[in-house]
Amino acid sequence: MSSALPTTPSQDQAPATGTARVKRGMAEQLKGGVIMDVVTPEQAKIAEDAGAVAVMALERVPADIRKDGGVARMSDPDMIEGIINAVSIPVMAKSRIGHFVEAQVLQSLGVDYIDESEVLTPADEVNHSDKWAFTTPFVCGATNLGEALRRIAEGAAMIRSKGEAGTGNVVEAVRHLRQIKNEIAKLRGFDNHELYAAAKELRAPYELVKEVAELGKLPVVLFSAGGVATPADAALMRQLGAEGVFVGSGIFKSGDPAKRAAAIVKATTFYDDPKVIADASRDLGEAMVGINCDTLPEAERYANRGW
Amino acid sequence: MSSPVSSPARTPGTPVIGVLALQGDVREHLVALAEADALARPVRRPEELAEIDGLVIPGGESTTMSKLAGVFGMLEPLRERIRAGLPVYGTCAGMIMLADKILDGREDQQTFGGVDMIVRRNAFGRQNESFEASVEVSGVEGGPVEGVFIRAPWVESVGGEVEVLARHDGHTVAVRQGNVLATSFHPELTGDHRVHALFVEMVRGA
Repeated sequence: MSSALPTTPSQDQAPATGTARVKRGMAEQLKGGVIMDVVTPEQAKIAEDAGAVAVMALERVPADIRKDGGVARMSDPDMIEGIINAVSIPVMAKSRIGHFVEAQVLQSLGVDYIDESEVLTPADEVNHSDKWAFTTPFVCGATNLGEALRRIAEGAAMIRSKGEAGTGNVVEAVRHLRQIKNEIAKLRGFDNHELYAAAKELRAPYELVKEVAELGKLPVVLFSAGGVATPADAALMRQLGAEGVFVGSGIFKSGDPAKRAAAIVKATTFYDDPKVIADASRDLGEAMVGINCDTLPEAERYANRGW
Repeated sequence: MSSPVSSPARTPGTPVIGVLALQGDVREHLVALAEADALARPVRRPEELAEIDGLVIPGGESTTMSKLAGVFGMLEPLRERIRAGLPVYGTCAGMIMLADKILDGREDQQTFGGVDMIVRRNAFGRQNESFEASVEVSGVEGGPVEGVFIRAPWVESVGGEVEVLARHDGHTVAVRQGNVLATSFHPELTGDHRVHALFVEMVRGA
């Protein structure tokens, strides 16, 4: 019985850190869970108490990044460390696309996952970071299968839909997840001849395209992100095939964050049970206001960042 | 094994083994159990416990599992089944959930218990310290298993009834007490199903 991933070193070798299996395996442990954006240690504690599987430490949630404008960068190390020290669950943090030095800094701080994120202002308009060069695993956003596979080729150990962060509008996350799932389903029906052309069309390495065609899924965990604001949104994304959800502004921009966070956790586990989702949706107070994505100017669409 | 389940695929002697599906790497355990000749199914509700001969508690985030087990009424029913002899196997977070006592947990974090041991959460460190290493497991034939340790716990101390099955770097990483088995590492991520086969044998013998 063998695994597709690099094998374990033999007994006389030292334990191996940062292997593909350890990086991808970490994301496997997050499945069925909710990862929540937090900006203070207090919020991180609320998220942990509500049952979050991990938190994303950042200075401003995407809704505020939208409002404030300007260049959005990696968060202050003090702020990230404060959150690492406040909770016992994994802590993720964002680097700008292509800003591998921000990623180096995040690795040195000991974060458990780095999100090379379109929510921050890209630092390189051609290249994403070489993620194989890191011990810390990376999650990256994607709007379609080709983009997901290019990120995996660069070393991403987890993929999330981009959605349209900070809008409280789930429409783009639905679009991206459906796109990825549909393209995977199409590959399933291709024969070997067609897979070469498919790889060319997807602008992705043939080996990865073939692996997806055989597995019927990405070789890494697929989460949803961008616009989830309610328990039903989270359950929708799971029913569409996401293995878990990121919730950004949706929790701490709402009326009762602790209650809403716990409700989204429940709906993510019982995503296929409308009774549980109904109960979780009761009396949550105000949801974040939300933005209609078709009124967003092109330049303010984060999903267009990265390629 | 007097499970009331009547599945067409079930042949006599094929145990039905649940995987606690509140959160975590459920799918990998379902695959590993099927490869080890068990009928595997996810379990999320207390009433589903009546339908199983054994249970796997997967890897994942133990604070999340603990929280959801409390909210959805799984804690007491499962504790009762474990006390009554239900075979259970926990990996990583699952090991934490099977510990009678834990260290470095969230305040008021609840476990199912079942093994007289103290387990320290994230004892091997954060994700950057996560590692792979060969582990000799007592009772598993055919050489060491590939141990995948992810923000892994270790067993700090055990009571007299607990058998230590494996150590890494001087720390206890696999234990058995009666019908309960626990490992710090994740055999479900390796494609090597010998530890799951050992557990399926425990279920058959229970």
